[in-house]
Amino acid sequence: MIATLPAVSTDAVVETSHLTKRYGDVTAVNDVSITIEPGRIHGLLGRNGAGKTTLMQLLTGQDFGSAGSVSVFGHSPVENARVLQQLCFIKESQKYPEDFRPKHVFRNAPLFFDNWDQAFADRLIADFRLPVNRRIKKLSRGQLSSLGVIVGLASRAPLTFFDEPYLGLDAVARQLFYDRLLEDFAEHPRTVILSTHLIDEVQNMLEHVIVIDEGRILLDADAEELRGSATTLAGTASAVDAFTAGRDILHRQSLGSLAQVTIGRLSSAERREALEAGLDVTPVSLQQLVVALSGEGAKTNRQEEER
Amino acid sequence: MIEDGRPIFVQIAEQIENDIIDGVLPEEGQVPSTNEFAAFHRINPATAGKGVNLLVENGVLYKRRGIGMFVASGAREQLLARRRAEFSADYLRPLIAEAAKLGISTHHLAELIRKEEAGS
Repeated sequence: MIATLPAVSTDAVVETSHLTKRYGDVTAVNDVSITIEPGRIHGLLGRNGAGKTTLMQLLTGQDFGSAGSVSVFGHSPVENARVLQQLCFIKESQKYPEDFRPKHVFRNAPLFFDNWDQAFADRLIADFRLPVNRRIKKLSRGQLSSLGVIVGLASRAPLTFFDEPYLGLDAVARQLFYDRLLEDFAEHPRTVILSTHLIDEVQNMLEHVIVIDEGRILLDADAEELRGSATTLAGTASAVDAFTAGRDILHRQSLGSLAQVTIGRLSSAERREALEAGLDVTPVSLQQLVVALSGEGAKTNRQEEER
Repeated sequence: MIEDGRPIFVQIAEQIENDIIDGVLPEEGQVPSTNEFAAFHRINPATAGKGVNLLVENGVLYKRRGIGMFVASGAREQLLARRRAEFSADYLRPLIAEAAKLGISTHHLAELIRKEEAGS
């Protein structure tokens, strides 16, 4: 059966223009102009302190920008009930009222989320083995993360943010989260923004990738476009250099007479040519690409360019 | 299963092609839905859909409205013809290049292939 997917509006869900947030002399979000398309799973990637959480706080109306504008579902999210009731923001460090137990969270959730699905939540509670009657402050770090993940999934909010949702979750629970997210997303398309360090684990689920570093957007592209957008060639320095002559080199390292060079996309003919020249050809994963873009070396290059 | 470097939708299309060539998916048989592919490979449903659509465009699969996606008649022969055309570039040339690197002559290589075939 091919289910007919519910109609998804094609208007941008989020639009920011030159959005900037300063705290004293720290610029946490710097001149960010992005558009989030509806009905997709987006990855918001970057190092600790890169500005991911601040950006999400601005998008969810939990903080004011210092400059620039934010529009969510066509309006400013700040104190705007019409916008906020369509959002769900799962934070790494969600605070709950003293003495709250998970069952209280689930009892209150339908008041905040129009699309809340209790049957789905019950299934997830069983999947994640969450003790619903235990006091939240007595939950382990992983159980606390499970609680957030369950709320985020069962809310089915038109715009759902997961900010590092899986601190303390083991590999089994993380896989469960990915599987349930994909299954439910297929049946109920919505816009998801997933902020994470575990890029290798999530890269195949993402349709769009945004990389932020030091408050700036470094990369904003479709995931499929990024696949194979960089290749590492390794072999004898003379063979590597002969093949890469005249090409843009992203990264080069050598060891004695051996060299390893990262360059841009190769066509299949070029790939074959490289193999025939005796070179090892390895694609660069999304994780490696993000490291290359936001690592220390990349930072130095950027600063030099700006000078 | 899903490897880095090549577009996922191309890999999904190739895997469906392989299943058709191997006869796992027979002609006029129904193929799994986009969502089933997405869940199985743990990929974005939009990406799985792109892979399936690639095969619809090539006439390998066809859509029956409201029912699902099916393997077209003649799809297997069409895929075999294309794979045979690509065989030299994909398999023979790398093989000959590696053999040359090891000092194995083309004549000796042919000998090895015959021996391997007899042995297996």
